[in-house]
Amino acid sequence: MTAAAAALRVERLSVEFRTRSGLVRALDNVSFSVRKGETIALVGESGSGKSVTAYAIMGILDLAGRVTNGQVMFGEIDLLAASPKQLAAVRGRQISMIFQNPRTALNPIRPVGRQIADVFIRHAKVPAREASGQAIEMLRAVGITDPARRASAYPFELSGGMCQRVMIAIALAAKPSLLIADEPTTGLDVTTQAVIMDLIADLAAELGMATIFITHDLALASQRATRIAVMHAGHVVEDAPIADLFAQPRHPYTAELIAATPDSAASLDELAAIPGSLPDLRRSDLPPCRYSERCPRKTEHCAQPLPQTAVGAEHIVACWNPLPVYAPLKRAIGAS
Amino acid sequence: MMILIIKRVMMAIPSLIGVVVVTFLLTRLLPGDPAVYFAGPAATPQAIQEVRVKLGLDKPLIQQFGSYVFDLAHGNLGTSLTTGQPVITELRTRLPASAELTLLGLLVSIAIAVPLGILAATRPNSLLDHTCRIISTAGVSLPVFFTGLILIYVFYYLLGWAPAPLGRLDVFYVAPPQFTGFYLIDSLIGGDPQAFIAALKQLVLPALTLGAFSLAPIARMTRASMLAVLSSDFIRTARASGLSNWTVVITYAFRNAMLPVITTLGMVFSFLLGANVLVEKVFAWPGIGSYAVEALLASDFAPVQGFVLTMAAMYVALNLMIDILYGLIDPRVRLEA
Amino acid sequence: MTDTTAASPRESQVASLLRHSRHVLAENPVTGFAFALFLLIVLAAVFGPQIAPYDPLASNTAQALKPPNAQHWFGTDQLGRDVFSRVIVATRLDFFIAVASVALVFLMGGFAGVAAGFFGGWTDRIVGRIADTIMAFPLFVLAMGIVAALGNNVQNIVLATAIVNFPLYARIARAEANVRREAGFVEAARLSGNADWRILVSQILPNVFPILVVQMSLTMGYAILNAAGLSFIGLGVRPPTPEWGIMVAEGAAFMVAGQWWNAFFPGAALMIAVFCFNLLGDGLRDIVDPRRRT
Repeated sequence: MTAAAAALRVERLSVEFRTRSGLVRALDNVSFSVRKGETIALVGESGSGKSVTAYAIMGILDLAGRVTNGQVMFGEIDLLAASPKQLAAVRGRQISMIFQNPRTALNPIRPVGRQIADVFIRHAKVPAREASGQAIEMLRAVGITDPARRASAYPFELSGGMCQRVMIAIALAAKPSLLIADEPTTGLDVTTQAVIMDLIADLAAELGMATIFITHDLALASQRATRIAVMHAGHVVEDAPIADLFAQPRHPYTAELIAATPDSAASLDELAAIPGSLPDLRRSDLPPCRYSERCPRKTEHCAQPLPQTAVGAEHIVACWNPLPVYAPLKRAIGAS
Repeated sequence: MMILIIKRVMMAIPSLIGVVVVTFLLTRLLPGDPAVYFAGPAATPQAIQEVRVKLGLDKPLIQQFGSYVFDLAHGNLGTSLTTGQPVITELRTRLPASAELTLLGLLVSIAIAVPLGILAATRPNSLLDHTCRIISTAGVSLPVFFTGLILIYVFYYLLGWAPAPLGRLDVFYVAPPQFTGFYLIDSLIGGDPQAFIAALKQLVLPALTLGAFSLAPIARMTRASMLAVLSSDFIRTARASGLSNWTVVITYAFRNAMLPVITTLGMVFSFLLGANVLVEKVFAWPGIGSYAVEALLASDFAPVQGFVLTMAAMYVALNLMIDILYGLIDPRVRLEA
Repeated sequence: MTDTTAASPRESQVASLLRHSRHVLAENPVTGFAFALFLLIVLAAVFGPQIAPYDPLASNTAQALKPPNAQHWFGTDQLGRDVFSRVIVATRLDFFIAVASVALVFLMGGFAGVAAGFFGGWTDRIVGRIADTIMAFPLFVLAMGIVAALGNNVQNIVLATAIVNFPLYARIARAEANVRREAGFVEAARLSGNADWRILVSQILPNVFPILVVQMSLTMGYAILNAAGLSFIGLGVRPPTPEWGIMVAEGAAFMVAGQWWNAFFPGAALMIAVFCFNLLGDGLRDIVDPRRRT
């Protein structure tokens, strides 16, 4: 993918955490990219490193976390090496993020209108009065009725769905070109989930904004994204357009995921169909392929560092022994 | 809002009742005959009997309590044996001295402890952080009267920077005309900058002593509270929105972290009001604490009872104000009221 | 790292506690230091009068107000008494006051709190009322009032300190008792026919004790400061009895005039003792309940 078309390019990102019980190698050479205006999904079990990737991109890693390798190219700038001044121009303005559990993700003692206005004041450099007016407009844009009155409400007075809309308003206030949505619908009821996802999609289309969806819900990802990057234990194991991923999964883990996901949308964590479990990332003797210890297709080749094998147009798999192309077709869920 | 205030006031009333009952009981718990104590060590049996009748100590307990409450309602706290003055008058005259000292001490304490706690939380494991933790642990071990004496020794005796610890003003100065009783404020209102400086000089050491005493719990609570808040979800959102460091740490984090600190202030006041007595003794400060201590040594009980009652009533009022302040800041409390 | 898997059935609770303690001490040398200091204080308290080089009450006006020197390590006071001996001997009294206060408040507060949590209803309400009333006073002021009312002696200092700390102990004990009661221990014991008081003593009190022990160490520091403060203003201990607070009071006037050793050494002893108890309390907390570390 050319630099011009990419909104964001993550290249060989590695992150470590220092904890009481040891050094956690949370991410190892994670690479993927997003085109301008494209919607991709980052999918994996909890503990696979999806959120850590997002935090590293945004530069909001925990103090115990350290980037040990890699680049995050946003246009011409490497976000990991950028100066605080450059980052200030990007974070919240050109790249925004929304989180799960919207109620706790908002300041409990500050009216929501002011929280949105804070973003306008900071990034659009407008005075406070104008900012509150714009905040009300944002509330309207995210579909909150009676926005003028709601602007002075506190998060605890609003429902989960409304709080998530507020968070979207905060994130989109500065009209970013990239939105990272970390499990935005977890904790919301099913109807609200659909509504919120529609809202994000509509606004993204309106703004020409690229989106990275982080989710453990493969079905949800397939409905909203055009490409999926599958993560396992800090690695991206497969990266493909949806149709290809479901029609021809090449990585054994991807195939297991698809097989384990029934037709109705269900979270991966509930299904115990995948044999084995995530390796302990504190081990210093982790094999180069972190899936190899539970993989039925393991060969002695798998002791070598992971490849990035292109197996199709924009279809990459990190495996020495990928599934053959004529693998039986698993149920394709919602693939168009 | 008003509902909140009224509710809080209602909750303070049982405490006030308890205070009145306990201070009443304290005088009746005196070993031996209370009348002897109130009459004084030099009283004849006849004088003692007079006092007994005058104070109603021969009546049944319930009736005594009734007249006690009646007296209180009329501002009658008895008369001091040693000075012959009504207790209430002396307390009223001396209260500003104690209040000025305590408030200044608290101000000093907050001015140091809160920024220290914030900085310690935003720079974990730095030298500042370790300093804050040492101060918090060591600070609660210091006897307040000892700190005062050390400060006097270093700054008055060794360095000569501070004036002699002889009270609110050096003998050469005249007290400013009375508006509030606070020398600092009155001297400014009266347009007498010399008096202001003189009063301030006398205030520095005792206020620092009190401040050092309350520094530890405030710094500890601020640091702990900030640490907790800084790792919360909404701070992560604020950072991801690209808000400035000041906005994140102060406008977002600190305002939330302040809430437990305000609650801690109640406990801090309890310590401060007690430490006040000791500091007044060390610095010969003419406040209500030294009034009570002098009365104690002379076995003069009415002032002591009046002192305990006043201090307790002030403490209840202070706690009430803290509760209301908390409710004003935290909308979750305000809106649920 | 030492594992915390279940000990073999043979290993008693005490042995496993010792093992855990040793682990915590190894990780946290400051606590070990506090323990060592504590032992030193206990030794001074027990053997003080024997090891003091001079009679703490013997005055010698010819030697009055001498600064620290070879014969008198801490100097002499205004009556020529050796400050070092007085400080060492005073350990016993201050330590005794601290221990007695803490023991008393543990019994009073512990029992009242456990009863309140266990029985609920009126017991709970009354204990709560008493605790609230005590807490409506600034604590030192209340202690002053109690000692003034009951009489100016050491027993009343102990009693006043215990009363003033009562609410805290009652609250902790009540919370623990509540937890046990709701956890079904009580139901089970009752069903097997045990009398209420027996359940209280055998089930609840032993579980409440460790948590209170942490608080007790911290209270010991507070009790010493409280007693010293009261003595400083002339309540409780009377001269010539050596007690740290009173020694600071007597030395205060001299300190202002430059003779610092009179008040400094007893004050420093106070500081060290209280500091030790606070560190000990923190260390004990780590042993008893590591989740509550700050």
